[in-house]
Amino acid sequence: MNMMTEAAVEKALDQKMTAAPYKMIGKDVSVYYGEKRALFDVNLNIRENTVTALIGPSGCGKSTFLRTLNRMNDTIDHCRVTGKITLDTDDIYDPQIDVVELRARVGMVFQKPNPFPKTIWENVAYGPKIHGLARSKADLDVIVEQSLQKAGLFNEVKDRLHEAGTGLSGGQQQRLCIARAIAVSPEVILMDEPCSALDPIATAKVEELIHELRANFTIVIVTHSMQQAARVSQRTAMFHLGHLVEENDTDKMFTNPDDQRTQDYIMGRFG
Amino acid sequence: MSDVTSSAFQARGAARPRRDIGIRKRYAAERRFRAYGVTAILVGVFFLAVLLWTVISNGYTAFQQTVITLPITFAESVIDPKNERAQNPAKLMAANYPLLVRDALIKELGIDPNDRTKVKLATDMVSASSRTQLRDIVVANPSVIGTTMSVALLAEGNIDSANKGQIDLTADEANRKVKNQQLAWMDQLRQKGDLTKEFNTGLFTYGASSRPEAAGIGVAALGSFYMMLIVLVLALPIGVAASIYLEEFAPKNKFTDLIEVNINNLAAVPSIVYGLLGLAIFINFAGLPRSASLVGGLVLTLMTLPTIIIATRAALKAVPPSIRSAALGLGASKMQTIFHHVLPLAMPGILTGTIIGLAHALGETAPLLLIGMVAFVVDYPGSPLEPSTALPVQIYMWANEAERAFVERTSGAIMVLLAFLIVMNLGAILLRRRFERRW
Repeated sequence: MNMMTEAAVEKALDQKMTAAPYKMIGKDVSVYYGEKRALFDVNLNIRENTVTALIGPSGCGKSTFLRTLNRMNDTIDHCRVTGKITLDTDDIYDPQIDVVELRARVGMVFQKPNPFPKTIWENVAYGPKIHGLARSKADLDVIVEQSLQKAGLFNEVKDRLHEAGTGLSGGQQQRLCIARAIAVSPEVILMDEPCSALDPIATAKVEELIHELRANFTIVIVTHSMQQAARVSQRTAMFHLGHLVEENDTDKMFTNPDDQRTQDYIMGRFG
Repeated sequence: MSDVTSSAFQARGAARPRRDIGIRKRYAAERRFRAYGVTAILVGVFFLAVLLWTVISNGYTAFQQTVITLPITFAESVIDPKNERAQNPAKLMAANYPLLVRDALIKELGIDPNDRTKVKLATDMVSASSRTQLRDIVVANPSVIGTTMSVALLAEGNIDSANKGQIDLTADEANRKVKNQQLAWMDQLRQKGDLTKEFNTGLFTYGASSRPEAAGIGVAALGSFYMMLIVLVLALPIGVAASIYLEEFAPKNKFTDLIEVNINNLAAVPSIVYGLLGLAIFINFAGLPRSASLVGGLVLTLMTLPTIIIATRAALKAVPPSIRSAALGLGASKMQTIFHHVLPLAMPGILTGTIIGLAHALGETAPLLLIGMVAFVVDYPGSPLEPSTALPVQIYMWANEAERAFVERTSGAIMVLLAFLIVMNLGAILLRRRFERRW
C-alpha cells in the first residue's frame, strides 16, 4: 500500500518533470575537430530538474555534445563549435561569458573517477575555495559536509576526511567527484558515462544518487547502458553518426520510439 | 559425469591443431638476450669498479698530510732586531721567518750550523709555506716574540710523499728527491713524535699553490658554490617558466615547433661552444670581469637551461589529463589548474631534472677554461665578481702538475667532486620520494 503511493508520487513527479521548462537550449549545434565534423546541427533542449540521458553507439557525438554544454571542448586544440547554446537566457558561447563562471554553473563528472591526489576534504573544498563561496574554514567545513551528505558519502568517510581521496574505492571516488561537483552549487551537472568504470553495486549507488540529485539539479548523463538510461532518466536523446536521431520521454523511447534507428539500437541490432 | 568431461577433454585434445611455434628456440632466444643484458651490466660494473679503485687508491692518502712539529723560538733578534715594530708594523710582515725554522731544525736535529749542505737539506724538509704560517702567528699576536712555542709545520711535498711510502727508496740517491740524510732525520723526528700524519684540513681550505702541501680546493669549491647558486637562481625559474608556457599556453604552430627543435638541439651542443658564447657576450660585449664565477654561472645557466626545460616539459606531460579536466571542469582557470594541480604533481620530475642539470654543471670544465676560470687563485673570492676557479678546473690544473704529491691531490679532489655529485643525486632521489604522489 505504502509502496504503491510512493510509486504513484514518483510517477506524478516524473510527469511533472517531463513538462518542466527548458534549462538549456541547444540550437543548430555543430562541432568540428579540425576538418572532421563531429556534430551536425543538433537541436536539443535540456529540461530543468530532469535527468536527460544521451545514448547512441560509440563515436556518435553524445560525449561531444555533452562537452559543448560547459565548453570543455575549448581545451581541445582545433575544436570549433557553431550554433547557439543557452543556459537560462545566457548564450554560453558569447565572448562576454566567462568560461570559469559557466563551469561553476555547469559542473561535470567524468568517466573515470579523477579525484585530485589530495585529501577528501581538499577535494571537495577546492571548488568553493576558488569560487569564493566560503569566507572561512568553518564555512568550508559546512559545505564539505553538506556536499558529501548529498553525495551519500559522508557516513563512509567522515572519520577520514583528511586522508587521501585516491585511497577510496572506485565507486566512492566517483561519488567524491560528484560531491566535488555539487560543492560549487552548479545548476546543471554533466555526467560522462559516470558508471562505466564501476562495479554493479557501486553503479547502483551512483544511480540512486542521480535519482536524488534530480530534485536540486538538472542532470545530463551520457551512458552506454540502455538499462541505466531507462532507470535514471526521464528524457532520452539518441545520437547516431553525429546526428540527433530522436529525443523523447524515456518511457516512450524504450517502448515505442518514433524512429526506426532508435528501435534498432535499443533492440541491439547495431551499435 | 566424470566420464563425459574426460572424454570431452580427450576429444578436444585430439582435435587440437599442431602448432609449430618453436618453443625451445623462443626460450633459447630469451635466455640469450638475458645473458647479453647481464654481460652488459657486468662490463659497466667492472669499469665503474676500476674507476673508483684507481681514484680511491691514488687519492685516499691526500686526506693526510705529514706535519713536523718544532719548538720555534720567536727570537726578537731575528724578527725585529731594531725594535721598530711599535712604529712600523710592516716590519713584522717582512721579517726573516725562515731563519726561525732553520734555527729550530739545527737545534732539534743537532746539526753543525756551519755545515751549509746539511742545513740546506734540513730546511728543505719543511714547506716554504712555513714563512707565511709563522708570520701570521706573529702578526696576529706580537707578544709571542721572545718566547718559544711548539708549532706544527707542513712537511715539504716530497718528504710527505716519502713519509707515505710513495717514493721508491731503492733508486739511486742522486736520482731521488729525498736524500738518505733526510730519511735518517725523518726517522729521528718520527721517534720523538715530532713527525706525524695529520688529517689534511688544508686540502679543503687552501687556495692554489705551486707547493702541493699548501695547495687546496678551498677557492675552487667556493667558486663552484657561487656558480651553482647562480645557476639555481637563474636556470630554475627561467627553465620552469619557459616549459610551462611552451607546454601549457603556447599555440602549436611552426614557430613553437622550431623552438622545441632548437631546445632539444641546444641540449646536445658541446659545452665548449657555450664557453665561446660566454666569452663573446658576457666578457667582450657586456664587459663582465674575466675569471669571475658570475660569468661562469651565467655560461653554465645557458648550458643547464635546455636540460631543465626538457625535464620539466616531460614532467608536465606526465601529469594525467584527467587531473586537468577535473580542475577545469570545476571552473578553475588555466593558471589555477597549472599552479594548484599540475605543477605540484610535476614537482618531483622538475626537481630531479634540475638537480641532474646542476650536477652536470658542477662537473663542467670546458666552458670555464674559455672564460678564464683556469687561473691561479690564491685568495678566496669575496664575491662572484672576483677571480675564482671551479672544482673540475682545479682537478684539471693539478693533473698537469709534475710533483708526486699532486697526483694524490688530483685524485683526492676527484673524490671530493664525486662526493658532491653523489650527495646531489641522492638529494634528487630523496626529493622525488618526498614529493611523489600517487593518482
